[in-house]
Amino acid sequence: MDIFLQQLINGLVLGSVYALVALGYTMVYGILELINFAHGEITMMGAMVSLAVIGALALAAPGLPGVLILGAGLAVAIPVCMALGLLIERVAYRPLRHAPRLAPLITAIGVSIILQNIAMLIWGKQYIPFPAILPQGRHEILGASISDTQIAILVLAVLIMLTLILVVQKTRLGRAMRATAQSRQVASLMGVDVNRVIASTFVIGSALAAVAGVMVSAYYGLAHYYMGFLLGLKAFSAAVLGGIGNLGGAMLGGLLLGLIESFGAGYIGDLTGGFLGSHYQDVFAFFVLIAVLVFRPSGLLGARVVERA
Amino acid sequence: MSSVPKLNKPQPRWLVFGLLALGLALLPFLVDAGLGRSWVRLLDLALLYVMLALGLNIVVGYAGLLDLGYVAFYALGAYVYAWLASPHFGLHLPFWAILPLGAALAGLFGVLLGTPTLRLRGDYLAIVTLGFGEIIRIFMNNLNAPVNLTNGPQGINLIDPVRLGEFSLSQPHALFGYTFTGVHLTYYLFLLLVLAVIFISMRLEDSRIGRAWVAIREDEIAAAATGINTRNLKLLAFAMGATFGGLAGGLFASFQGFISPESFNLMESIMILCMIVLGGMGHIPGVIFGAVVLTLLPEALRYTGDWQRTLFGQIYIDPADLRMLLFGVALVAVMLYRPAGMIPSARRRQEFADAKG
Repeated sequence: MDIFLQQLINGLVLGSVYALVALGYTMVYGILELINFAHGEITMMGAMVSLAVIGALALAAPGLPGVLILGAGLAVAIPVCMALGLLIERVAYRPLRHAPRLAPLITAIGVSIILQNIAMLIWGKQYIPFPAILPQGRHEILGASISDTQIAILVLAVLIMLTLILVVQKTRLGRAMRATAQSRQVASLMGVDVNRVIASTFVIGSALAAVAGVMVSAYYGLAHYYMGFLLGLKAFSAAVLGGIGNLGGAMLGGLLLGLIESFGAGYIGDLTGGFLGSHYQDVFAFFVLIAVLVFRPSGLLGARVVERA
Repeated sequence: MSSVPKLNKPQPRWLVFGLLALGLALLPFLVDAGLGRSWVRLLDLALLYVMLALGLNIVVGYAGLLDLGYVAFYALGAYVYAWLASPHFGLHLPFWAILPLGAALAGLFGVLLGTPTLRLRGDYLAIVTLGFGEIIRIFMNNLNAPVNLTNGPQGINLIDPVRLGEFSLSQPHALFGYTFTGVHLTYYLFLLLVLAVIFISMRLEDSRIGRAWVAIREDEIAAAATGINTRNLKLLAFAMGATFGGLAGGLFASFQGFISPESFNLMESIMILCMIVLGGMGHIPGVIFGAVVLTLLPEALRYTGDWQRTLFGQIYIDPADLRMLLFGVALVAVMLYRPAGMIPSARRRQEFADAKG
């Protein structure tokens, strides 16, 4: 089995999931300059809700094809997450839009603690397994193997990202979003309903997070009430790596982070002569992140903002 | 213009201070009698967090540098103490030698961390400091091989308590006819150090350095244009904050007698940040208030089981599960109703009023 190709595939799959979550961070940041700390928890909620639906359906109707059950899970999880995103924006962020910058950050942390604990109260502290409903086929390509689930994740992620780019570049809503990101005040003077645009941004980001949550739980085969924390952290790092506020940057950053992680885990032992094992893969990822930011302080694709007083 | 500010009358001030000092001196006994020994321990912990919060306040509150990896310095101070005063390496140096060493080392690391991040601002700085914090934690978790430095996730045990000659803070002592237990004596030691940190913070705030930090926080370019050496002052803020963190870390190690990487995760950094923002950033009374409340609140919320019993006659939700939920609700609620913090400084209150109007 070719290790290089295998790590490349794993990295791309993982990275496309990170990219989906990172897009949610970057869209909100682009418009509000707010780190939506609760975004990782929305992803977790997407995974948990869909797993609950999938688990119930798999028990009730064992004959149903797996793809259909998965579709039902997504069909419930996406609206739930959208509603959550809308609610969080309305309750925790909108009243603080003119407050000092760190205040919404604290409410975001508060919201993520709340969501985590609600999930814990509903679904308990144990890991929830993903039922074996999906086809388990594996394909051999040039000595590496890729599973049906991985292919599905990659294809779906690419499709979603393309759609998002189309929406942002071609539709009225997308134009309003870009205008709001440039200047909220001027956009509202041009007749853009800024509040609606911001709410839509949260809704779209949350929908992406729901899909990403289902992907993660299908990929690893389990979900947990605490999974959103690390996932959100990595996705946010990916967004910053690419240049926060930039859609292409979030996609690039997500893919890069996934690749860095999988190659780091695969090769770090060889690189350091066995001194550092694969449990240092996160260190590796953070080192790359820091190095990139030190040399390009606004991320890979981030606009070079000229400082003005 | 309602009235000219009144001159401070010196007369009643000493009375207030005297009452405050008496209250603080008697507090552990009142708490011990009223709530039990475990709450005195919590009081010690609250003082430790006051120290940490005041340290981070220098970085975030004064200089405006959002640091999400502050707990790394706390960890560093704790591990330095553990290495030099536990059976792990067989060293048992006295605390008065280790504490300054740990604090100084943490300060040095503050400069090391600060140097590459000088060009970064805002959220980019936050993510890089967060990355540093996580790197340190992962190293602590894994440096049990090839050389066993940190003993991995098991942590280091049997750390020496603060001890001066034969006088150890881990045993009860009879003084002036009263028996002082270890947690009581620790309270006084921590209180003394907290007072020192408060004093330093106050003097810094009013100094040339403190005013330069405020200038950097408000507008770095304008500050540089007025001749402030922004690089050195930002590094100084990192170093000062880290020093306090390292000091608190050493005290934590001696107080607990046991440390493991679990105590120094990202959530801890976020908690300390919450203390500052919730209390009132850049304002010493606010920060102290925030630190005390956020340390005690999760413990107080353990009593929700009793409240449920009296209200509904039975326990519906395990209080251990409920308390963090309520804690999150409290964070959101306080920020919604007091976005500048519980006790904001006059300057921030003014800024907030300006932004709103």
